[in-house]
Amino acid sequence: MSAPQATRTTALHAGAWWLWALGLATAASRTTNPLLLGLLVGVAGYVVAARRTDAPWARSYGAFVKVGLVVLGIRLVFAFFLGSPIPGTHTLLTLPEVPLPDWAQGVRIGGRVTAEGMVFALYDGLKLAALLICVGAANALANPSRLLKSLPGALYEAGVAVVVAMTFAPNLIADVQRLRAARRLRGRPDRGVTALLQVGLPVLEGALERSVALAAAMDARGYGRSAQVPRAVRHTTSVLTLGGLLGICAGTYGLLGDTGAGYGLPLLLAGLTAALAGLRLGGRRSLRTRYRPERWGVRAWLVSGSGVAVAVLMIWANGYAPAALHPPAVPLTTPVLPLWPAVSVLLGLLPALVAPVPRAPERPRRAERAPSGTRAVRNGRDDGDDRLRGAGGHPGGGPHSPQHTKEPTP
Amino acid sequence: MIRFEQVSVTYGDAAAPAVRGIDLTVPEGELCLLVGPSGVGKSTVLNAVCGLVPHFTGGTLHGRVTVDGRDTRTHRPRELADVVGTVGQDPLAHFVTDTVEDELAYGMESLGLAPDVMRRRVEETLDLLGLAGLRDRALTTLSGGQRQRVAIGSVLTTHPKVLVLDEPTSALDPAAAEEVLSVLQRLVHDLGTTVLLAEHRLERVIQYADQVILLPAPGAPPVMGSPSEIMAISPVHPPVVALGRLAQWSPLPLTVRDARRRAAPLRDRLRDRTPPTAGRPAPGPGPEADRNGPAAEVRGLGVRRGPTDALYRVDLTVRAGETVALMGRNGAGKSTLLNTLVGVHQPSSGTVRVAGAVPHRTAPRALLRHVGLVPQEPRDLLYADTVAAECAAADQDADAPAGSCRVLVSRLLPDVPDSVHPRDLSEGQRLALALALVLTARPGLLLLDEPTRGLDYAAKARLVEVVRALAAEGHAIVLATHDVELAAELAHRVVILADGEVVADGPTDDIVVSSPSFAPQVAKVLAPLPWLTVPQVARALEATA
Repeated sequence: MSAPQATRTTALHAGAWWLWALGLATAASRTTNPLLLGLLVGVAGYVVAARRTDAPWARSYGAFVKVGLVVLGIRLVFAFFLGSPIPGTHTLLTLPEVPLPDWAQGVRIGGRVTAEGMVFALYDGLKLAALLICVGAANALANPSRLLKSLPGALYEAGVAVVVAMTFAPNLIADVQRLRAARRLRGRPDRGVTALLQVGLPVLEGALERSVALAAAMDARGYGRSAQVPRAVRHTTSVLTLGGLLGICAGTYGLLGDTGAGYGLPLLLAGLTAALAGLRLGGRRSLRTRYRPERWGVRAWLVSGSGVAVAVLMIWANGYAPAALHPPAVPLTTPVLPLWPAVSVLLGLLPALVAPVPRAPERPRRAERAPSGTRAVRNGRDDGDDRLRGAGGHPGGGPHSPQHTKEPTP
Repeated sequence: MIRFEQVSVTYGDAAAPAVRGIDLTVPEGELCLLVGPSGVGKSTVLNAVCGLVPHFTGGTLHGRVTVDGRDTRTHRPRELADVVGTVGQDPLAHFVTDTVEDELAYGMESLGLAPDVMRRRVEETLDLLGLAGLRDRALTTLSGGQRQRVAIGSVLTTHPKVLVLDEPTSALDPAAAEEVLSVLQRLVHDLGTTVLLAEHRLERVIQYADQVILLPAPGAPPVMGSPSEIMAISPVHPPVVALGRLAQWSPLPLTVRDARRRAAPLRDRLRDRTPPTAGRPAPGPGPEADRNGPAAEVRGLGVRRGPTDALYRVDLTVRAGETVALMGRNGAGKSTLLNTLVGVHQPSSGTVRVAGAVPHRTAPRALLRHVGLVPQEPRDLLYADTVAAECAAADQDADAPAGSCRVLVSRLLPDVPDSVHPRDLSEGQRLALALALVLTARPGLLLLDEPTRGLDYAAKARLVEVVRALAAEGHAIVLATHDVELAAELAHRVVILADGEVVADGPTDDIVVSSPSFAPQVAKVLAPLPWLTVPQVARALEATA
C-alpha cells in the first residue's frame, strides 16, 4: 500500500504520531548503548524529514535537537567538574580539588577526571538527548492543537484555552518585530537589547488588548455555551471525579510505597475508572460537536503499532541481551551493535512508508514566469487595461492560490 | 428582527452617554447600513445587538434591545450566538483556531451542530467566499483581505438570522470588497438574513442598502430612512451623491448606473471643457525639481520574503513635489515596497536610493531626514503617555529645535490638548499625530501606508488638504492605498502593482479612467470624459454659471 497524499481526510491521527514517538522514547530510555541510541535518533530524524509539513509547528524539530545537544553538553560538563561516582583507572587529567567542609561530604568539585566517568556521562546524556529528540519528532509531525481536539468533551474548554495560549506566542513575536521596525521609523536603532526592551510595554499593551478582543469574539461565537444538566447528574459527576482522583493518588502511593503493594493496584484501577466515568458524565454539560475529527484508521494502527513494537522489543531485549544494551563503562569496552535489537529499532521506520505524504512545499514562484514578467506593460491605456481587468477579476487569488495561473499574459 | 427601544448607553467613567435615544426597528431580511462621522457611537450600537454591550464592555444600557425576540439584558452574547453573527474591525483578533477550515467550523462546533451539517456548510462557505484554495492554510499566513473573508465566513457558517459587521471592507482592495458585498447581498436575498453594517466607505456599500440609519452627531438621536432620503441630508456621503447634489438631480442617484442615466446633460455641458486643475493636485514638479536628483530611485528591485518574491524587478522614480499612488490587490507588495524604501527590508536584487542614500545600510537617525513612513497602524509609532511627551521625543529623535513637532501637531490637529493619551485619540487624530512626528525631521520623501483606513469623509478631506500642501512645499509623497477616490484627488501618478510587479505606471488620469476597478465614481459617471473629482466639476460649473 503506497502512501496517499495527505489531506484532511487522510491525515494521520495526531495521537498515532505521539504513540509512535513515545514508543521510540521508551525504547531510548531502556538502553545506554550509544550505537542503538544513535540509530533511534536517526530513525526519528528520517521519519521527520520524510513526513513533516511546512506548517509553523513543524519547524520546532530543530529546536528540540538543539535542546538535546545542550542537555548532553551540560551532563558532560557536570561530570567533568563534579566528578562521577564511577570508579575508574584511566585518568585523563586531574583538576585541582576545591576543599569542602565536612557537612558537604560526598560532594566533590574538581579532582580526577577519568575516561570511565566521562564515558558513563556521555551514555547517560545521549539517552536524555534521544528522549527529547523523540518528543520533538512528535511535535513536528502532529499539529498540537489537533491532539487537543481529541480530548474528552469535559476538558474541551481547557483545551481551547491551551490552543489560544499557543497561538499567542507567535503573535507576540510578530508584534515585537513590527514594533522594532517601527522604531526605525522614529529614527531610533532597531537592533540590540535596548530596542527590544523599549518595545516591551507597547507589546504587552497590544497583547492585553488582543486577548480582550479575542475573549469578546469567542463569547459572541458561543464559547462556553452549556446544556442544562439535572442536578443529580452534576453531583454524581463531582463525586466521581473527586473520588477518582483521590483513589489515583492513594493507589499510586500504595504502589510506590513499601507497605501497600497489596491494595495499591486495585485502588489505582478503581480510581482511574471513577475519574474516567466522571469525565464522561461531565461531557454531558458540553453541547459541542466535533468538526471532521481525525479517524483512527489502518495507517494510524501501523504507525502507532510500529512505535509500540520498538518499545516492546527493546524491553524484551533487556531480558536476552542486557550486556549489549548497557555496555559497561567499567572496564572500558567498545560498544557493539547488537543485531536483533538494532533490527527491531528499524521497525520504527515504518511511518516513513505508510504515513500520508505531505503536500510538497511550494516552489518559489516566479521561476517559470520570468519572461512574461520582463514584458510587463507600462501603460494603462492600451493593453495594460486587460491586465488590470485580469488583476481585479480574481481578488481571491492570493500568492498561493491556483487562480493565479489564470492571469492573462499579454 | 432587531428592535431598539429608547436605548442609551453610558460607559463607566464617561460624563455623557455614548449613544442616546435610539428607538428603531430593523425589519427581517433587510440590509441596513449604519452611517455617521467618526466617534458617534456606531460600534456601540453594533455591539449592543450582539450583547457585547453591556455584558462584555461594561457600562450602563438603558432601554431594551431585542433580537429575534430575545432580550440582550437576559441573554449573554454566547446565548445569542445562534441568532447573531458578529465580525469586528480586526479579523486577526477574531480568530480562535489556527487553520482556515477549523476556523469556519468553530462557531458550529460551539452550537453543537451535527457533523454532516457542519461539513456541508463549510464546503458551501469555502465556495461562497472563494476560500477553497486556502482551506488548509494557517491563518497567520493569509493576506489582509483573505483574513477578512475567513472572518466573515466563520460567522456565516452558523447561518445566523442577523449578521453584524463593523467596517467589513475598509481593509480590502476594491474588487475583494465588491466580492464580500455581493456575498452579503446574496445572503440577504436568498437566505433572508438581516444584515446590519457600519462602513465609512459609503461609495462601496450604499447601493446595496435597503435602509440607512444615520447617527448625525455624538449623542444625537438616529435618523432612519431609505438610502436616497438619508443621503440627501447626511453629512457623510459618497462622491456620486455629492455629484448628484451638485447637479441637483432628484431623486438622488446612489449608484454609478443611476447617475450615468441622468448625467447626459452634464456630460454635454462639460464636453468641451478641459478639467481645471483646481480640486486636483497642482501640476507635477517642474524640471527644476530634478536638480538635486530624484527623491527616490528604485531600479530592478527584488525583495524575497520567505519562499516567495514579494517584489520582482520593480522600477520606480519619485521626484520632489510629486505625489504617487501605489495601488493593487491586497498582498501585491505595496507595503513591502514602502518598507524597503525605509530600509526595513533588504533588497535581494536591484538597487534602492533615497536622496542618494541606501536605506538599509543607513543609520535610522540619518535616514529620518530623507524619508519618513507612516505605517498602516499609526499607533505603532506612538510610545509615550501624552501628546506633549511624544512631541518632545520626536524633536529629540530628529535633532529639531524644541517645539517644532508641537507646531506641526497644532497645524494638523488644531484642537488637541497636550495632556491627551495618544490611545484616546480618534483614528484620524492618531494618523495626524503620527504624520506630525514623522514630518518633524522634514524628510524629503514621505510614505503613507493605507492612510484612509477608518477615516470618515471629513477626516479624509483634511488629510487631502495636508498632503497637497506638503506636495506643494516640495515633499515627494508615495501613498499605498485601496481608496480610489483618494488617489484621484491626490496623485499625479498612479503605479499599479500585481504580484510584486509593476503592471502600470502613468499619469492618474490615464491609468484610473481606463480601469474598471481603480476608477473613481465621478470618472465612471462622466466617462469617457477625463473628470475625476467632484470639486473639479464644481469649479467648472461655477465658471459656466
